[in-house]
Amino acid sequence: MTVPDQQGSSQENAPALAIRALSHKIGGRTILDSVDITVPASRFVVLLGQNGAGKTTLFSLVTRLYTAQSGAIRIFGHDLRQESSRALSQLGVVFQQRALDPDLSAQQNLWYHAALHGMPWGEARRRIAEELARVGLAAQAKRKVRGFSGGEARRVEIARALLHNPRLLLCDEATVGLDIRSRADIIADVRGLVRERALTVLWATHLIDEVQPDDLTIILHQGKVLNQGPARDIIASVGASSLNEAFRSITEGKAA
Amino acid sequence: MTGAGWFRCFIGICWREGLRFIQQRSRFISALVRPLIWLFVFAAGFRSVLGVSIVPPYETYILYDEYIIPGLIAMIQLFNGMQSSLSMVYDREVGSMRVLLTSPVPRWFLLVSKLIAGTLLSLPQIYVFLLIAWLYGIELPPIGYITVIPALILSGLMLGALGLLLSSMIRQLENFAGVMNFVIFPMFFASSALYPLWKVEEASPLLHDICAYNPFTYAVESIRFMLYVKFDPFSAGMVAAFLLVFLGGAIAAYDPAKGLIARVRTGGAGA
Repeated sequence: MTVPDQQGSSQENAPALAIRALSHKIGGRTILDSVDITVPASRFVVLLGQNGAGKTTLFSLVTRLYTAQSGAIRIFGHDLRQESSRALSQLGVVFQQRALDPDLSAQQNLWYHAALHGMPWGEARRRIAEELARVGLAAQAKRKVRGFSGGEARRVEIARALLHNPRLLLCDEATVGLDIRSRADIIADVRGLVRERALTVLWATHLIDEVQPDDLTIILHQGKVLNQGPARDIIASVGASSLNEAFRSITEGKAA
Repeated sequence: MTGAGWFRCFIGICWREGLRFIQQRSRFISALVRPLIWLFVFAAGFRSVLGVSIVPPYETYILYDEYIIPGLIAMIQLFNGMQSSLSMVYDREVGSMRVLLTSPVPRWFLLVSKLIAGTLLSLPQIYVFLLIAWLYGIELPPIGYITVIPALILSGLMLGALGLLLSSMIRQLENFAGVMNFVIFPMFFASSALYPLWKVEEASPLLHDICAYNPFTYAVESIRFMLYVKFDPFSAGMVAAFLLVFLGGAIAAYDPAKGLIARVRTGGAGA
């Protein structure tokens, strides 16, 4: 049973992701502290934070791997607690850790995902072929994932995350461990999706060079959002000459 | 998601479990070799020293190697159930469990689907074992091969649910050795699989009481009765009750809001 949406049932104007007063502790340690984030639709949004900032926990809560102890998460207006099925069906995820079954082929990994999202077989077949071709792995479709390079595996994961046509793509440190070429290819591919498909992307990273001046950027540090806005505005707000300098200035002022 | 979507999700989970089973040929072979060693070596040795007198469901004296068959069937299911728990822990380690748990289908449905898939996989293993046992000379009532199916499904679900519950508590694959020592062996030995309970009671009333609280005993007995085309409501009821307890525990443990799984790392580094 779904609960009527308090912000209107169309959710047309709802942000892709709205996080309000989200707090979460693990083992008594505060991982996220009153986090408020708004991700507008059809934008490439960067969640910038050092290792241990709380990015992965935030993603675990948004993907409902577990539920936040307090606060609310809405995906395109659907509350994650009350309308989890509707909310999750809008979501595609690329996890930080490789999350493919190494004993299955690329195609089989995608089939499994399609089934878990209840996609009709015909549509699944068509979308799998489309997505594998789009990421340049059509010829490798039947190869076991175990033998894939880091870059190839990431491309399979992106293809998989997009298989059910989600409107919001979450990428958690998607370029970590990849060579420079693979990193550039993957970022270019995902940015292209925002332009061409009006997809919304929340891109979690600790690599400042992945941020462009116009990117809406959220700085997460020690479980708190310290700043959010276009990267160039963040730089200007602290009188820095680069985002690197601005990030240091903002986070070092808040160091524990 | 529609009912058809849920059904496709169920089929997908069964398909993946089946594929994994086919790929792991050693799993099928060890699932067969284990009970066959008990049958060909242990039971063959004991058949001359241990006969079983006429107690339900038996209508005549039987040899020990016939007595042990239901226990060995349940043993296949016990290992199968634990194997499914092993695969959940493996999935968590390699990260693919995240893909399962972020499906828009409710989590209880995912767990029940996985449970049914595992139970269905145990059936071909059991029938290949029964075929070999038949070739070896152990003949059961022909209709018993059919009537036992509901008991096999019920006990398979119960032991699989126990595996799911355990999988939520195990943090790493290495800890599975502990499951062997502290779950599989005690459950198998302290049950009616190898000896009738009345014989156990003669030897040790305490051991008898332990066997009487062991869910595996009721799995064995429900299978034993149904193999001989008889229904034992008590053992079937106990298996059903344990199924509800274990499944309820597994669903609670995997609940994203309050489950153990929230405390066990679900794969992935970083805070």
